[in-house]
Amino acid sequence: MSADVEMIQVYIMGRPYKVPQGLTIMKAMEHAGYRLIRGVGCRGGFCGACATVYRRPGDYKLYADLACQATAEDGMYIAQIPSVPADRAPWVLTELDRNTNPILALYPEVARCVACNTCTRACPQELEVMDYIQAALRGDISQVAELSFDCVQCGLCAVRCPAEIVHYHVGQLARRVHGAYRAPQAAHLADRVREVEDGSFEQALDTLQKMSKDELVEAYKKRDVER
Amino acid sequence: MNSIAYYPGCGVADQARSMEHTARAVLQALDWEMQELPRWNCCGTVYSLASDDLMRHIGPVRVLTHVQELKLDRLLTLCSMCYSTLRRSERFLNEDRERLERVNAFLDDEPDYRGGVRAVHLLELLRDDIGYSALETRVTRPLEGLKVAPYYGCTLTRPRSVALDDPEHPSVLEDILEVLGAEPVPTAQRVECCGSYMTASDPSVVRRRVTAISEAAAAGGADLMITSCPLCQYNLDARLAEAARTGAPRLPSVYFTQLMALALGLDPALDEQVIDPRPVLAARGLAVEVEA
Amino acid sequence: MAEQMRLSKEALSADFARRVEELSGQSPYRCYQCGKCAAGCPFADDMDLLPSQVLRLVQIGDEKVLEARAPWSCASCLACEVRCPRGVDIARVMEAVRLLSLRKGNTPLCTADVATMGLPQIALVGISRKMTP
Repeated sequence: MSADVEMIQVYIMGRPYKVPQGLTIMKAMEHAGYRLIRGVGCRGGFCGACATVYRRPGDYKLYADLACQATAEDGMYIAQIPSVPADRAPWVLTELDRNTNPILALYPEVARCVACNTCTRACPQELEVMDYIQAALRGDISQVAELSFDCVQCGLCAVRCPAEIVHYHVGQLARRVHGAYRAPQAAHLADRVREVEDGSFEQALDTLQKMSKDELVEAYKKRDVER
Repeated sequence: MNSIAYYPGCGVADQARSMEHTARAVLQALDWEMQELPRWNCCGTVYSLASDDLMRHIGPVRVLTHVQELKLDRLLTLCSMCYSTLRRSERFLNEDRERLERVNAFLDDEPDYRGGVRAVHLLELLRDDIGYSALETRVTRPLEGLKVAPYYGCTLTRPRSVALDDPEHPSVLEDILEVLGAEPVPTAQRVECCGSYMTASDPSVVRRRVTAISEAAAAGGADLMITSCPLCQYNLDARLAEAARTGAPRLPSVYFTQLMALALGLDPALDEQVIDPRPVLAARGLAVEVEA
Repeated sequence: MAEQMRLSKEALSADFARRVEELSGQSPYRCYQCGKCAAGCPFADDMDLLPSQVLRLVQIGDEKVLEARAPWSCASCLACEVRCPRGVDIARVMEAVRLLSLRKGNTPLCTADVATMGLPQIALVGISRKMTP
């Protein structure tokens, strides 16, 4: 560690640590000695594993973010939420009634939303979470799917909700129903499925299966990459 | 063309689309345009009666703030429950600025609600802005011979502070029926609760209530009933159909907007009801084409 | 019907009546027990206490009212509110009793059958709010 790096003090799970300025919360935790085996994943802001809540000194607000994305600041109070306790309602996509709104039957607590917008404020993806819960309430499944599309399932919305809604499960259900029954079907997908069923790829698969590991690696390196 | 900001509410946006469809068409014919709010949320449906429960006013405030941000001060509702909740929350906060300030403090970086946006029910718009005579000139298919029992339910006329008509002796639905050429059949049950949201917890109570309401209407010789609320409509249609299996009069109910559409020669969108109103209408010479 | 009431200093709890008054914004002592609310209540048949009896128990500070079914049979239709000659909004008193019961940790005396598809949202939101302290 070079001497010219400015150090800041952060409080992780209630204990003070000196860490270099400019690190993400995740790296600051690791610098402080935490070995992360839960609450860590892709480190790129996509997997949603590293939900974190924090406060800044002199500020009453409770902030929520992904530890791999937010930068640690001097005086920050940080807590990791490696897992969000939540019940995912059991459902089978093909058995859902495609004409009615299954959300209210599976997640009736959606009706408890008071439109306080706390979920939206907590979302590190900056989604309009409350708006999609409201859309779920009024049965607009496609709107839920669209508004929740970039959800990484970190669960921070569900941690903060005073109505105890599990928003990300609601969004996922809506996206599945939308994708299966409401969104326009992709013509090329049906074409490809027909090709698979017609056995157009049998020979190629057969060739691959007979290759040794080295041959496979070589073929992989030489493959056509769409640019 | 006149225009007014419009709040559908969850019920109207989902299973009561026929109400919106017919209200929009009727207003269009009367030179009024409903402009749906670009963003809206549930009003909360049941007004909170507790003095310490500011959280439940956030939903209504958010809706009213959307109207304020459009620099407008009136908001049209079709649903009686939305009308009541929006108006009562507005009054509750406007009469005590401290409450309003606390709600605004909670809303934090979102725009403050300053107060003064009034929810207007479609019945008020028809009576007070458009006027019955304007409505009358648009009637092309008078509902002659049709006997209709109005059902007001609770929230249009109670509490007194936001009542759009006399709580015990309302007349706005009867007046509109007369303009449409129908014969109103007022009953004592028209202002008695249908059981409301207890349809989700205690359907038997609701079945008993809608039996009493439909019996009173049938005793007056009504062909059908009219409602102004998706919840009353559900209870007087789906729950009454259940009650009819054990003897309740199987009287159809439609939204008052659907009867207006019929009388104005517009599509009455009568295909959502459990108890089909088309046979009784046809019997009175008001056949409605059924789309295949 | 309620049992015969025994008025005694011990049975009275002014604190409870005051708490209901705060929460409802209605003075229970305005009620003079005319019974008009009970006569016009469309749900009185389902109640173990009449609305006027609920008010009476609040007046004498009897917390037994927190266990009563009557407030849960109230749909806040306000038929009583427009008819009360003393201007008491009885639905607010009912709501206050329900809330005090919930806030004590009691289970709501109504259950939502939410598994039914196609129930109007108004009903689901309404019943959810009734069950939430």
